[in-house]
Amino acid sequence: MEQTLLKINHLHKKFGEQVILDDFNLEVKKGEVIVIIGPSGCGKSTLLRCLNALEDIQGGEILLDGLPIRKNAKDISSMRQKIGMVFQSYDLFPHKTILENILLAPLKVQKKNRSEVEKEAMELLARVGLADRCNDYPRQLSGGQKQRIAIVRALIMHPEILLLDEITAALDPEMVHEVLEVVLALARNQSTMLIVTHEMAFAKAIADRVLFLEHGKIVEESREPKSFFTKPQTERAQQFLHSFEY
Amino acid sequence: MQNLGIDLLFKGKNMIRLLGGLWVAVQISLISVAISITLGLLVGVLMTSGNKILKLFFRIYLEIVRIMPQMVLLFVVYFGTTRVFGWNLSAEASAIIVFTFWGVAEMGDLVRGALISIPKIQYESAEALGLTSGQTYRYVILPQTVRRLIPLSINLITRMIKTTSLVMMIGIVEVLKVAQQIIEANRRVSPNGAFGIFLVVFLLYFLICWPISRLASYLEKRWA
Amino acid sequence: MDIDAIISYLPLYKDALILTVKIGIQGVILAFLLGLICAVIMHLRIPALRQLIAFYIELFRNTPLLVQLFFLYFALPKVGLQISPQICGTLGLGLLGGAYMAETFRSGLTSVAPIQYESAQSLGMNRIQTFRYVILPQAISSSVPGIMANVIFLLKETSVFSTISLMDLMFTAKDLIGMYAKTIECLTLLVVFYLIMLLPVSVLGSLIERRLRYAEFGN
Repeated sequence: MEQTLLKINHLHKKFGEQVILDDFNLEVKKGEVIVIIGPSGCGKSTLLRCLNALEDIQGGEILLDGLPIRKNAKDISSMRQKIGMVFQSYDLFPHKTILENILLAPLKVQKKNRSEVEKEAMELLARVGLADRCNDYPRQLSGGQKQRIAIVRALIMHPEILLLDEITAALDPEMVHEVLEVVLALARNQSTMLIVTHEMAFAKAIADRVLFLEHGKIVEESREPKSFFTKPQTERAQQFLHSFEY
Repeated sequence: MQNLGIDLLFKGKNMIRLLGGLWVAVQISLISVAISITLGLLVGVLMTSGNKILKLFFRIYLEIVRIMPQMVLLFVVYFGTTRVFGWNLSAEASAIIVFTFWGVAEMGDLVRGALISIPKIQYESAEALGLTSGQTYRYVILPQTVRRLIPLSINLITRMIKTTSLVMMIGIVEVLKVAQQIIEANRRVSPNGAFGIFLVVFLLYFLICWPISRLASYLEKRWA
Repeated sequence: MDIDAIISYLPLYKDALILTVKIGIQGVILAFLLGLICAVIMHLRIPALRQLIAFYIELFRNTPLLVQLFFLYFALPKVGLQISPQICGTLGLGLLGGAYMAETFRSGLTSVAPIQYESAQSLGMNRIQTFRYVILPQAISSSVPGIMANVIFLLKETSVFSTISLMDLMFTAKDLIGMYAKTIECLTLLVVFYLIMLLPVSVLGSLIERRLRYAEFGN
């Protein structure tokens, strides 16, 4: 797992006058799972949105496989197909069934053969335990089930990297587990992932590398998640982790 | 460019006559709206009262108003009821009756909608604070209802004004009728008068209704 | 009530109903297409066209159909644009309805959550694909109640067609009253025929609304 997949050089992101990301640098290897934590407003969600070109950037560059990602670039659609993203809110298309939700992009964007992708979709659905719900509409599913579908919808595009933006933050506590199980299984399968989360136990279990962000900068970085979560080096990270204890 | 009848406006009292015609239309609408709002509030509250028979009655009433063209109602009231009951009803009175019949239904439904759109939690939290049910209505429910209702009632005014154009069909001399009279009287000197005069009527309606609907949508946004 | 008179009037009312429905349907279809096109242009913020359409919408929403028809039918010929009563009726209804439909579609379009655009984009869809497969279907289905209300409103508005000498239901009733003075019979038939025309539409409207809400709404 030594091949560099994603490279972020000197990324600057501002909303008006407010600086969100300040000279941000990161290199992600293939198969690596990076967990990003930090207080709200630290820029972690914005970072993921920049990586998928949902935001303009004011400086620096983002390279995937050595190719730049830019919001209004001509090739942005093909770049985005290499990046899967799952959002915090359930963003399934409400007017389509579960199966149609999953098939829409492979059929219309990648122009794949229907019977092939349908077969694959059913396999993926079986893997997340929802094969029997393929003809239901999103509103008939619970939040946790919808998030599992959203993951499948991203996976069927065969993305090289998966961005997960607080995917359990809007869920009832008892549904968090079923979603995180799916993500853990992906990690075991050598998927490359960037995960923004507030689930510290999950972060500890899944991360190859942890980034602690504040004010748009990496305050602490650790390749030893176990020791980071028990004994962070910086005072800010200590304070932050402490706020999760009672 | 040949004469398109704009000059007719400045001849004699033509412009004043047109505006007078418009005023007739506006008067009929304002009277009807005033009655509609008053009775509509009552109907709306009654509709939320939960009485099954009352509900069914209003449901049918609303459906009739919803699907019967105002023009048909005007004819039924002005020509039909005078025939059946043998009474004497002026065209203006018939128009006000029809517009009120229509307006009360619309207003009642708006009031009902506004009342049921206030979440139950608003009543409950007011009660939890120890407010009496009178105080709850006075300080919590009514202000919210009224804010929703005012823009909608203002909209009703523009719809009434637009619909008053129909009353020429039962012989009321309003702006369109005046326009026709002017065009007719000047047929010889200004054969193309219809263009200028009808254009002006078009614009007059727009100039009256547009500011009112802007006001309604402004209030709607501000109080949303 | 003179039953014989009513029976003898029936064929005339039937013809008038057919004409009214025909122009009504044409006008509604025109209104639907015009409204959809206008709403899409407004939504995509195409410069110049957008301002023009905003003006058209305001103009036609704030004037009565009767005045619009008078202008189309009596005023336009004076500048050389002669159109038949039928076309005039269809056009008038279409223009009026287009302005209302455009507003309905527009609020449908704005009701689609921003996250829907983003998740479609993140799947690699371009602007057109996003609009066509994700945004538009949702916008249309959430516009259905408004569209049905507009359809009923437009079909009701056909009652002013008699003023431009279209032989619709209203015209027929007025004509027969003028000739035979059987006011009650003629007005009863008028009400009944409007019920025949509009009651099914109204019922259909509430059925469709319920179905769509059941199948498509709620996330």
